[in-house]
Amino acid sequence: MSDKKNTVFLILQDNDDARPIIESVEQDNPEATIQYQPGMVRMEAAGRLVVNRETVEENLGREWDVQELHLNLISLAGNVDEDDEKFELAWN
Amino acid sequence: MSIEISAKSIQPVRLTYGNLEERFGGKKPSSRYQEAVYDVQPTANFQYRPLWDKDHELYDVSRTAIVMEDWYSFADPRQFYYGTYNIARSKQQDVAEHNFAFVDKRDLLEVMPEAVKQAAREILVPLRHVEWAANMNNCQITDECYGANFSALAMFNAMDRLGMAQYVTRLGLLLDGNETTSLDAGKKAWMEAPHWQPLRHAIEDMFVLDDWFELMVAQNFVLDGLVFPLLYDRFEKKLTSEGGATIAMLTEFMDDWYKETERWTNALAKVTAKESKDNQDLLSSWVTKWGDRLSIAIEPIATKAFGENGVNELAEVKQALLARLAKQGLAV
Repeated sequence: MSDKKNTVFLILQDNDDARPIIESVEQDNPEATIQYQPGMVRMEAAGRLVVNRETVEENLGREWDVQELHLNLISLAGNVDEDDEKFELAWN
Repeated sequence: MSIEISAKSIQPVRLTYGNLEERFGGKKPSSRYQEAVYDVQPTANFQYRPLWDKDHELYDVSRTAIVMEDWYSFADPRQFYYGTYNIARSKQQDVAEHNFAFVDKRDLLEVMPEAVKQAAREILVPLRHVEWAANMNNCQITDECYGANFSALAMFNAMDRLGMAQYVTRLGLLLDGNETTSLDAGKKAWMEAPHWQPLRHAIEDMFVLDDWFELMVAQNFVLDGLVFPLLYDRFEKKLTSEGGATIAMLTEFMDDWYKETERWTNALAKVTAKESKDNQDLLSSWVTKWGDRLSIAIEPIATKAFGENGVNELAEVKQALLARLAKQGLAV
């Protein structure tokens, strides 16, 4: 991370439900770093981090509501922009 | 006294089963789907050949002309195994039950124009026999195919077909106040009416196909690809415009089911055709063969359903099907 102030992160529980989401973050945000910590997974990126509904659905094999993300959410940093299609973190 | 709390991370020695480690590298925990499906079917040490088929082992790759290096190279985009399949279907069943109860409670079929009811009796009710045949065919595929992700999905498909035959039956019963009049008439039409005979003939020819993959193509790619968009989608839209929205409500499952199943057949066509030129040629020739045969067989029904527009509607549906399969790499 070149500019620490600019960092956004998303932390999810490390469980079966969250795995397809983590995979999607990896696919859609090649710049993001993924850290596996005890019981949780921290996904960090400079500037912007996005979870796309479509990618998660592909990984999960069924329809997925973006709000299901919150079931496994531990913490996040950044301003949230959430709609039917995506969940996006960025600093405005 | 101070207590120091620190998190200690314990890495498991193995994240998944050995067979999945070999396949996927074992760097990540496997999904339930992978654990439930991959390498489940026995591949060796079949002591005896089955009495009914001395030329093949119990599970035998040579039961089809399609050749795959790895029969597990195909993954279901829906990731269906017993658990996910049942959860998905149970949700849909709740919706369907609710729809049936609603239509019954409000007597919605009473107010529907008689012409629409008659059209549903003549076109939709005999489809329960088509669904039953599809059940037979998918049971056959389950029996002869190779690899657990073929057999499991074919069996799920077969069960879906029984479910859909039951929905059609219930629709038929509701149409006549729980009398079996239209079911009997539907059976008679299926057995005797000239416009159903070409389709019945084609389906009965499918019953005796030797190659299970050809049967898969004929039934799940081509026949479904014609019947579902034509009758459960287009024909029901026509009924809706004539005051028969209630019918669409009772067969909503079929429409949703087809959209979902399309993802499976697409993935299957794509992976199989990509494997080799021979596979691609074989698949393409089967699609052409059954596409021609079945579209001719369905034509009289299309004409009965849509009048003189029927031929056009069917041609459009067939075109869409071929375009979809061509997109997966088939030469059709």
